[in-house]
Amino acid sequence: MAQYIARRLGLAVLVMLTISFLSFIMLKMSGDLAISMAGEGSGADYVEFLRKTYGWDKPLVVQYWNWLLKALTGDIGTSFYYGSSVTSLVADRLPTTLALGAMAIVIALAIAIPLGMAAGRYQDKIIDKIALFIALLGVSTPIFWLSFILILVLGLQLAILPISGGGSFEGLIMPAMALAFYAMPAVIRISRAGMIDVMHSDYIRTARAKGLRPWQIYVQHALRNTLVPVVAVASVQFGFLLGGSVVVENIFAIHGIGYLTWEAINQNDYPVVQAALLTVSAAYVVLTLLADIINMMIDPRIRLS
Amino acid sequence: MFNPIRKGVLALFAASLSLAPVTAFANKADDTVIAAFQAKLPSLDRYHAPGREGFLLGLLMYDALIYRDPNTFQVKPLLATSWKQVDEKTWEFTLRPGVKFHDGDPMTAEDVAYSLMYSADPNNRVFNRMTGGWIDHVEIVNPTKIRVVGKQPTPLAIEYLIQLPIVPKAYREKVGIQAFAEHPIGTGPYKFVKQSGNDIVFERNDDYFEDGGKSKPAIKTLIYRAIPDVNTQVAELISGGIDWAYYIPSDQAEKLKRLPMVNVINAETFRIGFMTLDAAGETDPNSPLKNVKVRQAIAHAIDRAALAKTLVGGASKPVSSACTPSQFACTQDVTQYDYDVSKAKELMKEAGFANGFDIDIYGYRSRPVAEAIIGYLNAIGIRANLHWLQYSAVIQARRDHKTPIVIDDYGSAGVNDVGGILPFFFADSPDDQSHDPLVTKNINEAGSIADQDKRKALYTEALKRIADQAYWVPMFTMPVNYVMSKNVDVPVPADENVEFWRAKWK
Repeated sequence: MAQYIARRLGLAVLVMLTISFLSFIMLKMSGDLAISMAGEGSGADYVEFLRKTYGWDKPLVVQYWNWLLKALTGDIGTSFYYGSSVTSLVADRLPTTLALGAMAIVIALAIAIPLGMAAGRYQDKIIDKIALFIALLGVSTPIFWLSFILILVLGLQLAILPISGGGSFEGLIMPAMALAFYAMPAVIRISRAGMIDVMHSDYIRTARAKGLRPWQIYVQHALRNTLVPVVAVASVQFGFLLGGSVVVENIFAIHGIGYLTWEAINQNDYPVVQAALLTVSAAYVVLTLLADIINMMIDPRIRLS
Repeated sequence: MFNPIRKGVLALFAASLSLAPVTAFANKADDTVIAAFQAKLPSLDRYHAPGREGFLLGLLMYDALIYRDPNTFQVKPLLATSWKQVDEKTWEFTLRPGVKFHDGDPMTAEDVAYSLMYSADPNNRVFNRMTGGWIDHVEIVNPTKIRVVGKQPTPLAIEYLIQLPIVPKAYREKVGIQAFAEHPIGTGPYKFVKQSGNDIVFERNDDYFEDGGKSKPAIKTLIYRAIPDVNTQVAELISGGIDWAYYIPSDQAEKLKRLPMVNVINAETFRIGFMTLDAAGETDPNSPLKNVKVRQAIAHAIDRAALAKTLVGGASKPVSSACTPSQFACTQDVTQYDYDVSKAKELMKEAGFANGFDIDIYGYRSRPVAEAIIGYLNAIGIRANLHWLQYSAVIQARRDHKTPIVIDDYGSAGVNDVGGILPFFFADSPDDQSHDPLVTKNINEAGSIADQDKRKALYTEALKRIADQAYWVPMFTMPVNYVMSKNVDVPVPADENVEFWRAKWK
């Protein structure tokens, strides 16, 4: 167990290093930070001065190395745009994004698990067709489009929810719905497949033979085993939601990591982009680990093996 | 066994519930106007808030020594009651007595000297290097009189000084730059109250002084709200969630015009769109662009009026000269290149390019404009290969001599004088692609003398030369759309410097 977790963490560090290196190089290639920082109409000498001041005149690999050395001591840099420390920026924005992601995943699971299980139980019936159609719709609907449709309907026509700003609980509902719709398909499919699988197993037949009521069979016997793969998928989906929030947070003007990332990309503010990417990749790593642990709790067989 | 995790998830969810609702609908009743902006302000210290919104912040919370009317461009007193030029390099200002910062401290000559010298020091990396970079030192003659001395004669001194706010020396030095940026203090018509999430709340400065160019606000509270997506801004305008937004694209503005709850006003800015051509052959010694006939052919091939009308929209007008029409010395009386494809083809033939040529073209702003230009060029046989990059990447490529043609635009950093644009694109600057000795000589001379008539004559000659040689293809002005609720009247400026203190409820 400990060895397993250690191996996972080691792998995670490698993944994060690779991500930070790639994002560093790509951002550097996309535009010259010194020029955008100097502003329109600034002389070349000033641009040169900025480059020297920040060490951007050194080779990329050296710049990355310097960044990395600092990062290892816990200093992941200062935002060139905001002038404040990247850690404080991320800490300021992270709670909102996590709240949004949590709300979205709760909505997604609350709809997708029962729907998927019903679809699996009544395979090829109308409920199955509806569930699969919703799953198809979920994967093929662009999230920005859905967001605008939500704004049009719930924000403008019915006027029951605030259009932008995530400062309130109501403000998070629409973006959470958009994100949830995006996270649902995988969960629907996996819980449907799990249900089909479970329903054919011996212990369900035994339960039926004992004369248990149908809901007892589904909730007490089938649900647990169906949940094992769902947990794994849901945790990956939560990671997706953090990434997907770049689009959603911008549309709904949510003061979170997604918005921060977008701003930072626009400003070539690479320390912030780095930090945002590292946060999301760290979240992935933590989530998959958590998923494994939850699964061990749900299914003792995993723990034993 | 499930409990810890379940608790964790619940805590997370509860955290989302506990975020206090702050939805405050803007209206007359609570005397609050909400203005939406695409960009967040990176800092509330004007000296560290670059970009368009930095200008607005500077005017809102702070005051400079002098003030430029955003419609007439007349320079008026502000923290200085009068001023005069002492010699070529020196300006003298008499300070307004009795002005107080938002914390009640008096504004003094020390504050003025400190602020201007802060902007002059390159190590401070303020919003724009050139705005303060010309200042050599500030002399305090007596507590109400100061002198600003330039490193060399600076004809644009007044244009720069209107952009340099006076900040409180003692407070700013005491708390430090970062803390000042979070709790800023100025002398301006609005004072900072708080920042939360995407909102910055400002409140009327009830002690704001009279008789300056600016006035005490009519509306008590102003909320600066960052909403990055323009479609969301539009939805908020329709729903009444916000009262004011600008930079609304023409297609959206057209639709909004038909709605009863908002007013749409289109107004000019200092920004113009143009193409720079590699006339000096820096990208390639054999570049066809070295031939003046080819450059003139390109100028004739572009239908500026159509671009202005259909793609930029609103009040956009075609321009013929390499400057913003409202700028001092910006003559439009230069060689005109009307849209004439057959004449353009004729010129191409005379230049020896009857079959056209292939060329690289760079752009960053408006894709539709770029596509239209490529179409126009194609019509005279120029096969343009578009490189679509970020602004800074395009500028770097031009400075590295890699860009035969750049589709560019420029706002002169708010300077209403040809000296705010020409020196950055000609006169052997890194963005100069023509290196014309006459143009260089005139611009350098006009930038170092005080005689306005002489300057005007020199710039006129330079602009005529630029047009004759078609070093640039000036295209259009770039006005913006202001959209506001029917309940409120926010006067629309001609230089993008919106003055919320002049806003009124209707």
